[in-house]
Amino acid sequence: MSTFLNFTGTLLKNLVSKPVTKNYPEEPAVYPERMRGRIVIDIDQCISCGLCVRSCPPRCITVDKNEGTWTINRFDCIACGYCASKCPKKCLKLIPGYQKPGRSKAAVTYHKSEEVMEAERKKAAEMAAKKAAALKAAKEKAAAAGAGTAAAKPMPAAGAAPAAKPVAAADAAPAAKTPAAEKSAE
Amino acid sequence: MGNISVVPFGPQHPVLPEPIHLDLVIEDEKVIEAVPSIGFVHRGLESLIAKKDYNEMVYVAERTCGICSFGHGMGYVEAVEKIMNIEIPDRARYLRTIWMELSRMHSHLLWLGLLADAFGYESLFYHCWRIREQVLDMIEESTGGRVIFSVNKVGGVMKDMDAAMLARFSEKLGEVEDQVIAVRKNFLYDKTVQLRLRGVGVLTKQQAHDLGCAGPFGRASGIATDMRTRGYGAYGDLEFEPITSNEGDSFARCQCRIDEILQSIDLIRQAMGMIPDGDLFVPVKGNPNGEYFMRIEQPRGEAVYYVKGSGKPYLNRLRIRTPTFANLPGLCETLKGADYADVPILILTIDPCISCTER
Ligand code: SF4
Ligand code: SF4
Repeated sequence: MSTFLNFTGTLLKNLVSKPVTKNYPEEPAVYPERMRGRIVIDIDQCISCGLCVRSCPPRCITVDKNEGTWTINRFDCIACGYCASKCPKKCLKLIPGYQKPGRSKAAVTYHKSEEVMEAERKKAAEMAAKKAAALKAAKEKAAAAGAGTAAAKPMPAAGAAPAAKPVAAADAAPAAKTPAAEKSAE
Repeated sequence: MGNISVVPFGPQHPVLPEPIHLDLVIEDEKVIEAVPSIGFVHRGLESLIAKKDYNEMVYVAERTCGICSFGHGMGYVEAVEKIMNIEIPDRARYLRTIWMELSRMHSHLLWLGLLADAFGYESLFYHCWRIREQVLDMIEESTGGRVIFSVNKVGGVMKDMDAAMLARFSEKLGEVEDQVIAVRKNFLYDKTVQLRLRGVGVLTKQQAHDLGCAGPFGRASGIATDMRTRGYGAYGDLEFEPITSNEGDSFARCQCRIDEILQSIDLIRQAMGMIPDGDLFVPVKGNPNGEYFMRIEQPRGEAVYYVKGSGKPYLNRLRIRTPTFANLPGLCETLKGADYADVPILILTIDPCISCTER
């Protein structure tokens, strides 16, 4: 059964058939639509919650809420897509196509647009105002409730102050002791 | 008695695909003893449990190996699911099985190519990898990655294969099957291949049993162990028999692996025919509390995953035993009495994956 030149037929066929390889980069590569190439962000949807930061296995994302930025070190990203599955606003997406190579690892920062930042600031201010108003209302209510409860209020504050003291003393004591102990050992 | 000398072999060697070092004690041209040492590419993946929670560890476990990556992810998540008593949807079980078999096909085709390359049959090598490319394309189309699938998660899978995709794959598998049958003839009935493989590195059934050989390496010596028969994933619903041979030589190992590619195609067909509709995953709450040993059949043999958690997001212990580790004693036994020129082929016939052995 066994022969030499068993492979010749296949070989000749391969010789005359079209190559299976592509002449990349002259011929562009075609990626399937599910390909996990790189992460893109719709930054204006981002609410800077930081869930992606905490879920990313190589920890390559950082988020700054005050600045309104989202930063990714693409050279550390392993294109796993875990951040995209965790994002509550669904603003992260893995798209086909590899990221560009580079000479050094560099992070890319995305900034939220001015309008979104403005809107966020406004909202934050509104929230702060609302909170202050609520606090004020609560205080007034407490004040109106009577002198008995109002007098009780300062009590815990006064109690807390002496309670804090022994802790500090206990902390300081061993620290003060050790050098002395060392000296006596010498 | 001839001249006895010791030849250091590896970890860097033109014919070695993997970083293993062997001290070969040779007498004239015959190897009389082989002393292996590993530890050149230790990566410390297992200790990452201290830094990554059990969900993130899925991605770490997957990266244990660059070829059987899906199986490592699957073994790990199934162990965690068993600890947490999660019953995953049937569709997820079937999808995992299909992906597992696709990854077995591409692993075996890769190995066949490397084997052809090892005995100097370059054109056959390229032909095998050409067939493998189509399997990789299917994997990429369904999961989004060619090497790292990243479709597993604790509780199920993240991506689906719709009916159109399954139909397309089924057609493609037919083409691949024809090509594998043709290449099987090239491997099994070619004089050149037989001269290099027949009777080389024989391991008897008793030896294979005593040395604890796993996977196709053990099955080629007549040990009918196949962890898939345990019925994890959807294997319990599928019909198959472990493929074995009684020869125990390099040729038998080659034959077992080629036949396993065809078996995988058959298993995928069966799974495609029976795949039920339904959800892809179930929501998961809480943290793993307990321990579990998961044994699965990787392309290279039985892999073991030991997971221990204590109700915290960070696991206490993850231990992975890969099949290559189990096959190293068998390898050293086959090397005894072999020709020095056959050493590269013999190392290849266990389908070594030293990097995943060292995790
Ligand atoms: S894709 Fe994975 S590695 Fe990349 S940023 Fe998202 S979570 Fe991190
Ligand atoms: S998880 Fe989404 S919304 Fe939250 S910070 Fe990240 S990108 Fe923004």
